Amino acid sequence: MRKRGSNGFKRADFDAIAASIRPGSRVLDLGCGDGVLLKYLKGARGVSGYGVEIDDASVLGCAMNGVDVIQSDLERGLSEFESGSFDYVVLSQTLQAMMNGERVINDMLRVGREGIVTFPNFGYWKNRLQVLAGHMPVSDNLPYQWHDTPNVHLCTISDFEDFCAGHGVKILERKVLTESRPVSVLPNLLGALAVYRFQRA
Amino acid sequence: MDAYDLVYETYGKLNADRSNAVLVCHALNAAHHVAGRYAGDPQNVGWWDNMIGPGKPVDTDRFFVVGVNNLGGCHGSTGPMSVNPKTGKPWGADFPVVTVEDWVATQARLADHLGIRRFAAVMGGSLGAMQALAWTYIHPERVRHALVIACAPNLSAQNIAFNEVARQAIITDPDFHGGHYYDRDTRPTRGLRVARMVGHITYLSDDEMASKFGRHLRNGKLNYTFDTEFEIESYLRHQGGKFSEYFDANTYLRITKALDYFDPALEHGGSLARALSPAKAKFLVISFTTDWRFSPQRSREIVKALLDNRCGVSYAEINAPHGHDAFLLEDARYHGLVAAYFDRIHREFAE
Repeated sequence: MRKRGSNGFKRADFDAIAASIRPGSRVLDLGCGDGVLLKYLKGARGVSGYGVEIDDASVLGCAMNGVDVIQSDLERGLSEFESGSFDYVVLSQTLQAMMNGERVINDMLRVGREGIVTFPNFGYWKNRLQVLAGHMPVSDNLPYQWHDTPNVHLCTISDFEDFCAGHGVKILERKVLTESRPVSVLPNLLGALAVYRFQRA
Repeated sequence: MDAYDLVYETYGKLNADRSNAVLVCHALNAAHHVAGRYAGDPQNVGWWDNMIGPGKPVDTDRFFVVGVNNLGGCHGSTGPMSVNPKTGKPWGADFPVVTVEDWVATQARLADHLGIRRFAAVMGGSLGAMQALAWTYIHPERVRHALVIACAPNLSAQNIAFNEVARQAIITDPDFHGGHYYDRDTRPTRGLRVARMVGHITYLSDDEMASKFGRHLRNGKLNYTFDTEFEIESYLRHQGGKFSEYFDANTYLRITKALDYFDPALEHGGSLARALSPAKAKFLVISFTTDWRFSPQRSREIVKALLDNRCGVSYAEINAPHGHDAFLLEDARYHGLVAAYFDRIHREFAE
């Protein structure tokens, strides 16, 4: 797994995640980058927990942010973590960079009671327009050129929901955002970022 | 043992509320001289001088750092070379076997003496890291943070095997005299030399040895004799020789035993998590990718136990080529991380 890209993540997106999390809960943040989300959740929701990150510079960033981090490769599984030892396992802006997304979602649901995933919606109309124009999309939410991107498994909102339906994953909550504002109509077309909370069906 | 001496050094100033003290525990061959140089002996640099000092990752402008020579050592603290008051002769073979836990007990008495109720951090690498770890479950209230670097929760069979080869080299040296060699005016330097050579093999990675020495020849051509042909032979002989000049064989034997015996999980049905359950400290655990003596997997066992106990823990696996020795060497990622962690500790007690 490559480190989490910036992918245009904004404070309002943190709020969308924070709103889904009960105060004082235990959170594991997979692909936590420099720990800013956990730091935010600590302040906003009083959570405790750890980040998991493979990238050296991000591990250092976590230390600077005072966030506990375990340096580890998500692709190798979460063997350090006991089953059911967290209230939430968060995978924010990382699913699309995983080689084996199915495995990591299974791991999330083993270790946590609930999972939270955020990803850039490839079905967003601006992305579709760029593909129609003959190019891979490059935008605030997908800031990488095709030949130099950590994003190897991009998907749309519809793709993810199909995946959940077919893999025994029950969606508890969905939030779709564009430029940090909620989208309720035609989410797969008008939504740039998706936030899902789910559990084992 | 009724009484003993401990030699220690301190760096920096203890602050008014005595909250900025850092204890540095040493590994096999080091001692209390952790950082800096002596005024009259500028060649004698502290063994962790790249880590500890003014402006360094463990910044002595902010922290009060304590280095101590462990009981049983040969750098001034009471050890096998010291005189046993009951006999008037050096302890020699009669000096007791000391454990990691014994060392922690003696270090705690030193802390009492210095007026330190609680350390901001206890840190060490290798055997020193075992002491830092032991502090957290023996004196949970006295350790705010533990830095456990290049550690293992116990020795593997292979680790013990290397130690046993080292011990047999010493014990079977004719100059060893069952450990009572001081009054015979002799020392088992041959055995100690071989012991150190074996040790050095385990401190370096295969790659590091290959890149440092490869099959380079000492004299440009092969001579088909038992003199040193390859550079690596010369290196090991040099390291062994140097070590045997200043280190005491009885101390070496005891330190390898302390390593072998360390196994906190033993009294807890093999559960490291249960052994570490009293710990209240926050942890920084660091391993090095090429360390095959105490591999990253061994550090991950410690991390898993701490995660199971819901302790505050961060873990970093430093991609360094040097093997076990990496914990003593300068590396920007490693030192940057320790510096950032000590910044965090400093922010805590500054608040």
